[in-house]
Parts: sequence; C-alpha cells; structure tokens
Amino acid sequence: MEYKKSEDIWVFIEIKEDGKVQRPSLELLNPGMEIARKLNGKLVAVLLGGELEDAVREVSAYGADQIVTVQGSEYKEYCTDIYTDALCTLLKKYAPAGFLLAATNKGRDMSPRIACRLKTGLTADCTGIDVDRDTGCLLWTRPALGGNLMACIVCREHWPQMGTVRPGTYKTKKAVKEHVEIQRETVEPRENKRRTRVYEIIHEESGTADIESADIIVAGGKGLGSAKGFQMLYDLAEALGGAVGATRGAVDKGWIPHAYQVGQTGKTIRPKLYIACGISGAIQHIVGMSASDTIIAINQDQDAPIFQAADYGIVGDVYDIVPELTKKVLQEKGRKRND
Amino acid sequence: MNILICVKQVPDTAEIRIDRESHTLIREGVASILNPYDGYALEAAAKLKDQNPDTTITAVSMGPVQAEAALRECLAIAADQAYLITDRVFGGSDTYATSYILARAIQHIQRMQEISFDAIFCGKQAIDGDTAQVGPELAEHMGYPQVTCCLKAEEREGELVVLQENDDNQKVIGVTYPCVLTFTKPDADPRFPTFKRKIAARKAEIPHISSKDIGGIDLKRVGIQGSPTKVCKSYVRENKKKAVMIESDNMEQIIQELYHAAGQVCESRR
Repeated sequence: MEYKKSEDIWVFIEIKEDGKVQRPSLELLNPGMEIARKLNGKLVAVLLGGELEDAVREVSAYGADQIVTVQGSEYKEYCTDIYTDALCTLLKKYAPAGFLLAATNKGRDMSPRIACRLKTGLTADCTGIDVDRDTGCLLWTRPALGGNLMACIVCREHWPQMGTVRPGTYKTKKAVKEHVEIQRETVEPRENKRRTRVYEIIHEESGTADIESADIIVAGGKGLGSAKGFQMLYDLAEALGGAVGATRGAVDKGWIPHAYQVGQTGKTIRPKLYIACGISGAIQHIVGMSASDTIIAINQDQDAPIFQAADYGIVGDVYDIVPELTKKVLQEKGRKRND
Repeated sequence: MNILICVKQVPDTAEIRIDRESHTLIREGVASILNPYDGYALEAAAKLKDQNPDTTITAVSMGPVQAEAALRECLAIAADQAYLITDRVFGGSDTYATSYILARAIQHIQRMQEISFDAIFCGKQAIDGDTAQVGPELAEHMGYPQVTCCLKAEEREGELVVLQENDDNQKVIGVTYPCVLTFTKPDADPRFPTFKRKIAARKAEIPHISSKDIGGIDLKRVGIQGSPTKVCKSYVRENKKKAVMIESDNMEQIIQELYHAAGQVCESRR
C-alpha cells in the first residue's frame, strides 16, 4: 500500500502503568508544534493506554491540534509487540510526515521495530530537530562517537520520518488550543499468542535519583577519590534543596549507582544550577549537562576541560570548599528565617 | 540451546580527543575494541553455557577484515565459532540496511550449518553510534520477539527469563524461543579469556560471508543506496564557554562569591 503522506507531525505520548503522562513525551509537543507550523500540518499526539481520560485532558494543554487514542486493558502495561502493532496500524492509516518519540527505554525499544516494519528511517537519541526549508524534510541532529561528533541526519524518501529525542532536550511548553479534536481508534489485536510475559516488576528503593526533575544538581566525579566524598555532596544538595549526580567514572568505581549518572550513557539534565565537584569534564559527561542554566566547577586542575563548559570556576580542593559552602548556605538560610 | 551473538568492532570513544586548532577529531592511535555492550551479551551467553554445556555460541560481525580481531576475542572468551560478514557493497549501511544484511546472513548460516538459533544476543548499542536500533530491527526482520536492555538471562522450560533494566524499575520477563535479546551493563564484570582459549582463538579459522554467498539477498537494500537515512553533515562539537574564575587567597571570600553565584539561582527559584 502506498503511503499517502500528509504534512502532519505525530508525537507518541508515553503513559506509565499508573496512568501518568511521562514528561519527556510532553516536551516533544514543543518542537512538534514548531515543525508542524513550518510544514503547514497538524500536530497530533497519539496515546495508548488502559484508561486515558485524565491523560487526554493533560495533553490537551500542550498545543496538540488532534489527539488520537487507543484505549484497552491490553495497552495498560507496555508490550513491544502490542504497541508496535497498534502504532503501525495508525501510522499507515493517517500517514504523518514525521513521527517523534522520547528516547526513553520504551521509546527506544519500540521505535526501531516500528521503523523497520514501515521500511523507513529512524534517527536515535536526537538533540535537535529542524525542517529543511528547500525540501521540507526533517533534519535530525544527534551526537555520535561518544559525543565528540555531531551528525545531521535526513530521511528523504521514506515516511514517516522517525526519530527519538533525548529527554531534557526541549522544555515543556503549555499552549491552549481552542479546539482539540479527539479521535478514538480501536485496533484489532493480533491473533498469535503473546510472546513476552512480565512476571515481576521490581521498583527501586525510594530516595533514588530523581535527577531529571531537580532544579539544582551537585555532581561528583573521580576527583572525589572515594565513595565517602559523596556524603559531602548529599549535604550540600540537601542544604540547597537539590539532588546529587555523578560521572561515569564515579559510577564505574562503584561509588554511586548508575541511576545517578549524567552524560552520554547516563541521563541528560538541564537544571537551573549544576555544581561539578572533582569532575574533569570528559565530553561524554559534558553532553549530559551542558544545557544547565548555570554551571559551577570546582576542580584542582586548572587545565581541566570542565572549565570550558562552566560559567564559574574555582581551582581548589573540593574537600576544602564544599563543606564551607554548605555551612554558608545553612547560615544564610538560618539568618533569613530569623529576619 | 544454540545462541548467535552479533558483535561490532568500535573505536574506543573514550580515547578520542579534539584538535582545538584544526577543529577535527584526533583518531590516530585510538584503539579498536570489542563493543563493551557486546561483551556483556557474550558474558550472558557464556553464563548460560556454564549452566548447560550443550549450549553452542556462534559469533558474527559485519565489518572490514580488521573486525576479525573482535571475533577472535569472542572465541577466546566463550564463542565456539565465528563468521565475518564482509563485502564492500555493505559499506555505508544505516541501521535498517545493517539489520537486513545481518538477518539474511544469519538465515544463510542456519541453512549452511543445518542449525537453528534459539536466541540472538546483541549489545544494547554500539558505543560509536549509540543508536540501539540494530537489535530491535534485526528482531523485526527475523519476525522474533525481543527484550532490550537485559541484565541477565536464564533458561526455563520453553522460554528464556530475563531481567530488564528500565528508566525507573526492573522487570522480570519471560520470552518465547526464538528471540532477540539486547544486553546492557550488569553489576559484575565479564570474564577474561583463559590462556589456552586465547591461543586457540588466534589460530581459529573465521569464514567470510560476502553478498555472493547469501542467497536471495536484495542488493538494492544494502549499503548507502539501501539506507533510508543519510548523514547530510557532521561537525566537531566544541564548548565555547569560558568560566569566570573565582580566585582569592581568602577562603571566606571564595565562599562568599561562590554563594553569590549559586545563590542567585536559588533566589530566582523562590
């Protein structure tokens, strides 16, 4: 069947088992809106889930012209086969020009399957999307070779043009449309029996890293010298009302779990304040935090590359500086309380 | 159980530096290594073989002749045999074309060896491209179910039971044979090869598979012309910022300035 391409841009909205809309998906409605406007197409959000009423209401506030839903108990829990089948059916029917997914575990699990089934191109983990003015093709920018190289990828003759986008690349942007068209679809489930079955879900202990939503991050690297050094970072983070992050080096040494890792093989974050303690600034780390509003770096080596990515730098020993800064923050807090 | 493992030889991206004068990548002297995630997949296969010695492990790689080194490393660690898929016409393939070639080559090996693979193991992603697409695309070409980001796998009756790492939890998932699993970094480091295996691997014969060997392969679907995506430009990423250095012999003053820099952010938040 020929793909009769429309000019619309589709964004997949990921919904957790508990019905909550995942923020990285909402972020994509922001660039999605820009692209759809440039192409004179509609911005369409597509949702799969068990119960979607609340999610539809929430998504409506972020600028979609149309929301397409497929609701059913079989969509409550993510399953590669079931989600791939449903999305391929919808994409063939509506034939959008572009399809964006967040580069979360689920997004990166299903998007290659969908792209392969539709015989189209997919660009992974993008940090930028634009439209080529001459051809109207989407231009996907992504880091490669450990973040050393940026590549611009285009998919000219296959549709939909697909890409996953790194969480944290775009900010969510509210935009209220006068009329949001809701299209409820049903997809016939495949006949064959289920090939994967979830036996158990193991939740991480509470108190683990929620570094993606923190406004302030205090991060440590190999320069801390030991796992003990992180205690001092927790103290400062607590005083500032922030969270703790780490480099791959510190994680590889076993000082802190992988969930705290910032960078190429960890998380991408854009807090208001990022304090890098004993971090030399490998490019793989920089790509994960360079979008932070303000970056402060504390490092003993004045030639450390981190100072080329920071707004403020201090050459010195983190063990001297961090505890003093914590003390100062707590003092000032106390003073304000007494005022 | 018969396991097939797909591996890639990659430049050690941690070694790559940028020449600030010429704004280019310094690739000279950068070592070629077995993609670390493929090493985790191989370790998972080796563990299954520890449990059940009847397990066979076949390694394949697509790439130039030098990629034999990565296959020899697999042979030294745990693989029983290895094939190199190599042909100029395969060069420039994107993930869609690469997964198509791999699928056709795997079917070719199955026919030729009269073997059927129960599971295909891959690394979650290769550290040079970081796409994490070839595994799932291979699964789609083969028509197999998939589980990505696995930490370990166990053989049970009629299925493999795996532990999957997710953004905010871990899942225990059962998957029917034949299937594709992609592996991420587990807590424990992979094993080292024994000296004896190393010697044997050095002498092992690694058959080459070219486009002519693979029956029924559609050459319009391989290489640059068979790739839906194209790289339209690439450039070296550089940081342009220059930090304002806070310098003083007086610690109190440093802390005061530091607090001021940090404090502005904290204030604006309230």
